[in-house]
Amino acid sequence: MIELSDYLLLSAILFAISVAGIIINRKNVITLLMCIELMLLAVNTNFIAFSHFLQDPAGQVFVFFILTVAAAEAAIGLAIIVVLFRNRATIDVEKLNQLKG
Amino acid sequence: MSFQVIVFYSFAAWVIFSALMVITSKNSVKAALFLVLTFASMSAVWLLLEAEFLALSLIVVYVGAVMVLLLFVVMMMDIDYAALRQGFVKKLPFAVIISFGFFALLYFFITHGEFSAENYAAPAPRDASYSNIKELGRILYTDYFIAFETAAVILLVAIISAIALTFRGRKHRKAQVISKQLAANKKNRLKIVSMDAVVSEEAIENNETVEDNEVVEDNEAVEDKITEKVGEEK
Repeated sequence: MIELSDYLLLSAILFAISVAGIIINRKNVITLLMCIELMLLAVNTNFIAFSHFLQDPAGQVFVFFILTVAAAEAAIGLAIIVVLFRNRATIDVEKLNQLKG
Repeated sequence: MSFQVIVFYSFAAWVIFSALMVITSKNSVKAALFLVLTFASMSAVWLLLEAEFLALSLIVVYVGAVMVLLLFVVMMMDIDYAALRQGFVKKLPFAVIISFGFFALLYFFITHGEFSAENYAAPAPRDASYSNIKELGRILYTDYFIAFETAAVILLVAIISAIALTFRGRKHRKAQVISKQLAANKKNRLKIVSMDAVVSEEAIENNETVEDNEVVEDNEAVEDKITEKVGEEK
């Protein structure tokens, strides 16, 4: 049978891949957003695995809220990217240094 | 090897493969499409975990809405992908080391921790009459009701902010200003001037001709009405 650790390892692999994606795609904002979505997917899988093995539906409620917030985050993030591209004609993170912070 | 094990490992392999393609593909459109594949495969894994509602809503909400929005934005922009991939190879060993170290840490705690099969025995599969949606809905509308309403407010905020950020309407558009309309009164619009009642001969002549015209028009109007009535009777 499939154990809890199998699901946890799957989501650990997914999380490690998305961490690597954030490091190697540090210029492209859109790919960064996609890597964050992958991270959220890994976390959601953890929640659902524990919810299944503990027989407690509260974990699925958490996933429900994470999905809601992630959808809102994606919408606002993409809106910011559209405005960014309109004003600067680039989505390179390293060129977004207008604030000189 | 049971059917569920085969399903789990095949879809897990798809998840890992497509996630790797997401982070390594040159084109953002390809990356978004591989992200769709990742979500679809992961929803199959969620189905194995008896989370039917969330597995289906992952496909409907994420693949159907969020990914389409992302693809729309990616295709709308003219991006120089070659410039964005500079330093890709240089960062690759660093990324591999960090993610492998991270995964090794997680692997150690998952396999040597308390998440073993003895502590977390696989529960017996639910019978066919079990409704995941019913249980989730019951708990969502009772125990987590305030959080549920807050989620709705968060979605509303997302709608308003996304529109406010990207809206490009005309700055000086000819819209009604309701407060100005309501504040208007007779004094601002109408100026009453008192005049002497002196009538010139010219004005009298003009007035007579106007009256003649009106009479003629009246006659014509009556004739029109008569013809209309006759037409109706026929």
